[in-house]
Amino acid sequence: MPVSVEKVAKAARLNLTPDEKKRFQKDMDSIVEAFSLLDEVKADCEPSFQPLPVKGTLRSDSEEKSLSQKDALANTKHKERGYFKGPRAV
Amino acid sequence: MGYNISVSEFLESRDIDYGDFVAYVNAETRRLNSKLFFFQSVCELKTVEQNGKLSGLPVSVKDCICTKGIQSSAGSAILEGYKPPFDATVVSAIKNEGSQILGKTNQDEFGFGTFSVNSGYGVPKNPLDPERTCGGSSGGAGGITAAATFPHIALAESTGGSISCPASFCGVVGLTPTYGLVSRYGLIDYANSLDKIGPMGKTVDDVALMLSIIAGYDEMDSTSLPEKQKHYSTEGGIKGMVIGVPKEYFENVDEQVSKSVWNTIKKMESAGASYVEISLPSTKYALSAYYIIATAEASTNLARYCGLRYGLHSELKEGQSFNEYYAKTRSAGFGEEAKRRIILGTFARMSGYRDQYYMKALKVRTLVINEFKKAFKKCDLLAAPTMPITAPKFSDIQKLTPLENYQMDVLTVPPNLAGIPMLSVPCSSGKLPVGMHLMADYLQEERLLKAGKVVEAVK
Repeated sequence: MPVSVEKVAKAARLNLTPDEKKRFQKDMDSIVEAFSLLDEVKADCEPSFQPLPVKGTLRSDSEEKSLSQKDALANTKHKERGYFKGPRAV
Repeated sequence: MGYNISVSEFLESRDIDYGDFVAYVNAETRRLNSKLFFFQSVCELKTVEQNGKLSGLPVSVKDCICTKGIQSSAGSAILEGYKPPFDATVVSAIKNEGSQILGKTNQDEFGFGTFSVNSGYGVPKNPLDPERTCGGSSGGAGGITAAATFPHIALAESTGGSISCPASFCGVVGLTPTYGLVSRYGLIDYANSLDKIGPMGKTVDDVALMLSIIAGYDEMDSTSLPEKQKHYSTEGGIKGMVIGVPKEYFENVDEQVSKSVWNTIKKMESAGASYVEISLPSTKYALSAYYIIATAEASTNLARYCGLRYGLHSELKEGQSFNEYYAKTRSAGFGEEAKRRIILGTFARMSGYRDQYYMKALKVRTLVINEFKKAFKKCDLLAAPTMPITAPKFSDIQKLTPLENYQMDVLTVPPNLAGIPMLSVPCSSGKLPVGMHLMADYLQEERLLKAGKVVEAVK
């Protein structure tokens, strides 16, 4: 892989142990090399972001019942006064 | 009393003591799970029978499908404890028809695997031989479908072969519908342009019944196809159908597997179909294209797991930045294969490499789709082995490198990349099951079911 796994992992918000760095670098090098098989394909066509043409449909613009604040916060351990709470950044 | 009867016998029977049935199913499920780890969590069935087309039927639900008030963790420790405040559309549909949730079936974390060994909740074992895998990523679904000594259907999910593979290894039927035919609302995504929810059952009739309940347009899923709900029939046979046999799908395939599939093709010929050998030359590029697209999409999907709103949390500390908090939680919660795929997918989308990998893969996907479209101009169906091997032993799986693991998906990835429907049906009567993979053009599920019914009959 032309980039270090450490750099990619940082962008993906992952901390890797020294052992993981070594192992993943080796794995990625062989995987990316194998995927370079695609370089030999001549593909003068449009990319398919979806397998079928999908129309981005929107529902009707009408008011509907949504999740209650209680339900929305039911799965978090970090909440305060009805809000999600994150680390104190400033 | 034993309840080893078919789903249709159960649904048609009027003299089953439902209280006794529930007690039997609960005990049997716990017994199986204690040995074979099919479930992330087992739900106790209740004795109150509901009415509907699935009246009282136990249905297992893959862990990546949201079930209200029941832990839904997609096999990942990062979602441990997450109890969704809502049901996925497919779950509402089966509940409305009177079924009960048997449990949340074990799987590879977020669907990342072929053998269900990458789960945060134990490894499901093949009921035919516990030293072997159930396949993946819907391994728990395949295992319980094969092992259940009571009527049951599973709701599973496939991104690159996660229904077909365990169906093949466990000797059951697995249907992966056309992309968009079944709502994905409430599915914990792996890769949005590839994910499909579909049924697994002991018989073709079972998966047809379930498809008739879960297929159809849902306004909660913006990629849902404008299809009406309908009854999917398995009757009618294959007389006059032309079956395409892609030669690339028999390369590097275990001899016994190849033989079983060819024998079945010949029997289908005797049942009135004809076959023609065809070529799908882009097959050898599909695996690379799939892994680039799937991991690119997965790496963006998994960005939402930051440890603040649900699942695994870390301790909040003074002076800690958001990024430090996210990285700490994510590093602790994601398993090895999830980290590997996040890194691969993030790389494929990085500035400077996006065109070479991600965009190129999307163009190769177009080539794969076009080859299938061309094949379906002259063939009604395609037939091939589902997997190149039968269920391997865990001791052999351990020896595989990550790349060798990915290469196991070589036959299931192309139709998944194209979003066409596929059905894996057991086609061998040997000790270890072999799956025949039937593939059809978009929305031709009924054709697959009719052919699958013939395969069942001639096996």
